[in-house]
Amino acid sequence: MACAGTTPHVASALSCADVVAALYFEVLRIDPAAPEDEGRDRFILSKGHGCMALYAALAERGFFSEEVLDEYAREGGRLAEHPAPRCVPGIEAATGSLGHGLSLGAGLALAAKIRGQSQRVFVLLSDAECAEGSVWEAALFSSARGLDNLVAIVDYNQWSAMGRTSPYLEPLAEKWKAFGWSCVEIDGHDAGVIVAALSRAPFEPSRPAAVVAHTVKGKGVSFMENDLEWHYRPPNDNDLKRALDEIEGRRP
Amino acid sequence: MRNAFIRGLTALADRDRRVVLLTGDLGFKIFDDFAARFPGRFYNAGVAEANMMSVAGGLALGGLRPFAYSIVPFATLRCLEQIRNDICYQEAAVTVVGVGGGYSYGANGATHHSLEDIAIMRCLPNMTVVCPGDPVEAELATLAAGVHTGPLYLRLGRAGDALVHGSAPPFAIGRAIVVREGADCALISTGGMLPVAVAAAAQLAREGIGCRVVSMHTVKPLDEALLHRCAVEYGAVFTIEEHGLTGGLGSAVGEWLAASGVRCRLRCYGAGDGFAHLCGGQEYYRRMQGLTAEQIAGRVREALKERVQC
Repeated sequence: MACAGTTPHVASALSCADVVAALYFEVLRIDPAAPEDEGRDRFILSKGHGCMALYAALAERGFFSEEVLDEYAREGGRLAEHPAPRCVPGIEAATGSLGHGLSLGAGLALAAKIRGQSQRVFVLLSDAECAEGSVWEAALFSSARGLDNLVAIVDYNQWSAMGRTSPYLEPLAEKWKAFGWSCVEIDGHDAGVIVAALSRAPFEPSRPAAVVAHTVKGKGVSFMENDLEWHYRPPNDNDLKRALDEIEGRRP
Repeated sequence: MRNAFIRGLTALADRDRRVVLLTGDLGFKIFDDFAARFPGRFYNAGVAEANMMSVAGGLALGGLRPFAYSIVPFATLRCLEQIRNDICYQEAAVTVVGVGGGYSYGANGATHHSLEDIAIMRCLPNMTVVCPGDPVEAELATLAAGVHTGPLYLRLGRAGDALVHGSAPPFAIGRAIVVREGADCALISTGGMLPVAVAAAAQLAREGIGCRVVSMHTVKPLDEALLHRCAVEYGAVFTIEEHGLTGGLGSAVGEWLAASGVRCRLRCYGAGDGFAHLCGGQEYYRRMQGLTAEQIAGRVREALKERVQC
């Protein structure tokens, strides 16, 4: 998609692809045939720039046909470089500006509580996004209201758009705990571990759950991993071939 | 208007279980009855307006009808991008409630004045902007907001706003209310300036100048049909608002007029470009901006004497 659309953020999508896949194929209670079902679990990709992972997962899960992916970043296409509201079935909220998703998720989680519904709300944040003050406003709000149906997942690849995040984020798990959340740290690329952690949430009654997922930006493509260049650079045909050969070569 | 709002909201919540009220830690005591009457539907979101607006967006996406309340600058400017992205872009049925329109919080200083909010809310796609003219309109606007299908900004005065309507007039969003008829010109007011416009019209009437007074409670969308009638019938329209002259009611009417092809004199009365630095209450600031009834009557009288250059 990034190659065909000549768009950036391929490494951001690869960073969270395993978490998104785990959500859509194992964790979320969703039905592609009933994408508006009131009792469905909700997923908000607060790091909207990682949306290639989301679009691919939705297509693979059957929310729309794979041909729709060709509309990504094309003139007149439905799949923008950050998701637009209701652009395709399965998109729960427009995102793109960082620091909004957790509050939206808190609203959805509170709505479920008010309406007596049992669904869970999952929000995937980037680590750099945690510099937004609104994230911590949402964190305070959610724990104060005991939103144990809310799960925040931080894609902790330790990169922001200009450098490293760990110098200002650490200790990240302790921050979530200090804000009244129960928090676990996991390997964000181990499918079994991701599914186990997300399925187990809430970790404590009456507390929202934070999952700090340790990830690698550009995961799965050796020449993209931990190279900030790939936050920006669209892969060309040659890059794409190299990347796909590498990924195909690892298939059992 | 604050009490009228909560009266209207209570009536709404009574008949619609989806109505939920959020406040950014403002409204001491006035929400106590609402909170007691509707458990689980009142939330003090704390001094965290950005989060509050996005939470409101999420509540609406979850099928509820949230009202999010704070003093105007904190309900609009502080959390502008949240309103833009998480309410307007998502077409979420959230009512953003700003209390303290114009100089209502006069003595609190410029941080609490609201002279930009209409302009800013008006330029957001999908946003409807409603500025009731008195407590009767405020209650009716609240009821209308509760059944409105998209994002809405409700700009209230504060407490003790003068009553204009003796009884409830027909009220619909986007449909202005003619408060008084007159033969010579139209005074088009929005928000809490309505009583001032009525008083200015009364004074002008004593001088033999007849004014139609219009409460343009909805600034977006404007009641273009009524505007057209005023422009064509009088050729002289005056807008009155407790808001900056950049982007408010006067600008909206001017934009409409320029595109309408109707030849009509337009004068806009509001606040000039600048922050208040000296202390004073609402009346003081209105006087400094030439917005008392006497001042407006004088300005209209002089303007009507000007020769129109065609």
